Amino acid sequence: MKKHTIAVLVNNQPGVLQRVSGLFGRRGFNIESITVGTSEEPGLSRMVIVTTGDDHTLEQVTKQLYKLIDVIKVVDLSANPMVGRELALIKVNAEPTARPEILGVVDTFRAAVVDIGTSTLMVQVVGDTEKIDAMVELLKPYGIRELSRTGVTAMMRGNAK
Amino acid sequence: MNAHSATLRSKEEIMEKLMKPEVITGSEMLLRSLVLEGAECVFGYPGGAVLFIYDAMHGFSDFNHLLTRHEQGAIHAADGYARASGKVGVCIATSGPGATNLVTGIATAYMDSVPLVVITGNVATSFIGTDAFQEADITGITMPITKHSYLVRKVEDLPRIIHEAFHIANTGRKGPVLVDIPKDVSAQTALFQPVKEVNIRGYNPTVHPNKLQVEKMLKAITEAERPVILAGGGVVYSGGHEELLEFVTKSDIPITTTLLGLGAYPSGNELWMGMPGMHGTYTANTAIQSADLLINIGARFDDRVTMKLQGFAPKAKIVHIDIDPAEIGKNVPTDIPIVGDIKTVLQLANKDVKRADHADAWRKQVQAWKQEQPLRYVDSNEELKPQWVIEMIHEATKGEAIVTTDVGQHQMWAAQYYKFNQPRSWITSGGLGTMGFGFPSAIGAQMACPDRVVVSINGDGGMQMCAQELAICAINNIPVKVAIINNQVLGMVRQWQEIIYDNRYSHIDLAGSPDFVKLAEAYGVKGFRATNKEEANAAWEEALKHPGPAVVEFVVRKGENVYPMVTQGNTIDSMILGDAE
Repeated sequence: MKKHTIAVLVNNQPGVLQRVSGLFGRRGFNIESITVGTSEEPGLSRMVIVTTGDDHTLEQVTKQLYKLIDVIKVVDLSANPMVGRELALIKVNAEPTARPEILGVVDTFRAAVVDIGTSTLMVQVVGDTEKIDAMVELLKPYGIRELSRTGVTAMMRGNAK
Repeated sequence: MNAHSATLRSKEEIMEKLMKPEVITGSEMLLRSLVLEGAECVFGYPGGAVLFIYDAMHGFSDFNHLLTRHEQGAIHAADGYARASGKVGVCIATSGPGATNLVTGIATAYMDSVPLVVITGNVATSFIGTDAFQEADITGITMPITKHSYLVRKVEDLPRIIHEAFHIANTGRKGPVLVDIPKDVSAQTALFQPVKEVNIRGYNPTVHPNKLQVEKMLKAITEAERPVILAGGGVVYSGGHEELLEFVTKSDIPITTTLLGLGAYPSGNELWMGMPGMHGTYTANTAIQSADLLINIGARFDDRVTMKLQGFAPKAKIVHIDIDPAEIGKNVPTDIPIVGDIKTVLQLANKDVKRADHADAWRKQVQAWKQEQPLRYVDSNEELKPQWVIEMIHEATKGEAIVTTDVGQHQMWAAQYYKFNQPRSWITSGGLGTMGFGFPSAIGAQMACPDRVVVSINGDGGMQMCAQELAICAINNIPVKVAIINNQVLGMVRQWQEIIYDNRYSHIDLAGSPDFVKLAEAYGVKGFRATNKEEANAAWEEALKHPGPAVVEFVVRKGENVYPMVTQGNTIDSMILGDAE
């Protein structure tokens, strides 16, 4: 089972997210993450979907997506060199005594502290999935109160293809 | 047949009036747009949310509206109309329960790629999302079973949406498109301007195939020793039956047609092997399993055709021609994929196709199989056999009727024993297997083809799922000939329970069904009953002679099974062949 990152350019229509996610659900395709936002073209949105499956599954995912009238283009980003990024906000227990240690981790990851509470810090980290997984692992010992991840958005590199 | 048709105005008059830009209501826009798209007969049922639409239909005569007795009857009729005519079928229902009653019919059409435009009303836009009276999220409910759907939010969009809906429904891989119109939208007014172009950026079906792939197929034909053509509904839908005949004749390759492909190739021809699959012929199934080249033309390798996928056509190089790229490689790995419109692909192929010259021994083998293992049943002079009834209907209608069926044993017998020679003469729910489809779809077929004999073959189970539509046959004098093959049991379920569930018959007894003759008469339809061959011949002759609709109940033997049969989990060459005389 391989992980695939695909970009789907869609009409920015009501219900389009439901059409796409519904398709994944009823055809038994897995969605690991899905992000949606506007694209470079007015009226069109770009979804980035991370899915797992063999090559046959990916082929079916692509073909079935193309059958949706609101889908303009499907690109398998992970078939080429790409940049994939997600953002995570992590609220971690941080009594004043633990803060210097946590700030050390934050610095090393080039993350940022974006909010300070009386007994917590909110850390913002941007990077590929592995980096965020690692950050989460390192913060776990302090006690993670809340974790929110955006899912991956991605793009093919400028010189790919 | 139908008195309404005489009152329709001439096409030119209508068009001239309709093309004029005018400020009108959404309801009037809808009606105008339907006429401009060529709708001649619409099936529907009014209710609160479509009252503006029905108000606009008051005194409107530019198309026929047939009031069914259930929304499900309306959509199955629209489906039958589309399958018989090749045009888009149209039906209208109100919001909530009206719309949800269409769901089975939409799924039926979706599975069998039938072009429909389904109009539903909805509550006014300001009420949407409030659980208002008779509100249902029908676009959401039907998303997995429509090719596309629209919720019309602005009256100005309506002409474009209707035009797009017809275009999407009837191009590419055809299918149902739902247009949901909130009540306020149907009442608002705007300037109507007819839409002639379509510009849908994400929708551009591939019609013309890759020539290299077609050449590869033609080369494979000249090399093959045991080639087989498997043709499906796509041939019928693309209007490519003449091209298929030419292709088969030139290549001289034995052909099998799927359930939905029946009629795509003349069944009387020597190269035809019958239907493949679960209840396919010995010849078709054995040929597929022995083939070294299998050319699938417009079929989707459905599980009722392939049965156990591993071990399906194990020796064959697979060519798959389909308008829908997603079908290629979905179930069966394909060596030569050809995406395109079947008619267009075959036209191209026919220019250069050569006879399969290495297949002489194979052709002989196929003929030998046909001789040795034809379809067979043990006839009886004491009781009626359902297979005999189908053969009798076939003979009496000279094989020229449009036959619709419901789902179950009678469907398989009709597929096996009614020999079709032309396309669009066989209307059956293949993919979804919808009981209740057989009779109302015949009404639609008859509306589409008033000059043809339309026979609806049903079981005693399915007939009771949409029997209420006898009313519209009687009222509008729609002369459908309904055959009810009554074995007093849910026959196909009984067959499975006998063979697979060890004779444990559970909840299949239909004894106590209504007297079908009286039921017909209650609606004002002529009814007949036959319990032996003599009565059957006489009753059917009477029914055909009768100028209006007629119901003939054939009381047949209860324990009859459909053979050959491949049980689930087996490959198609392990058939239970059934009784020999």
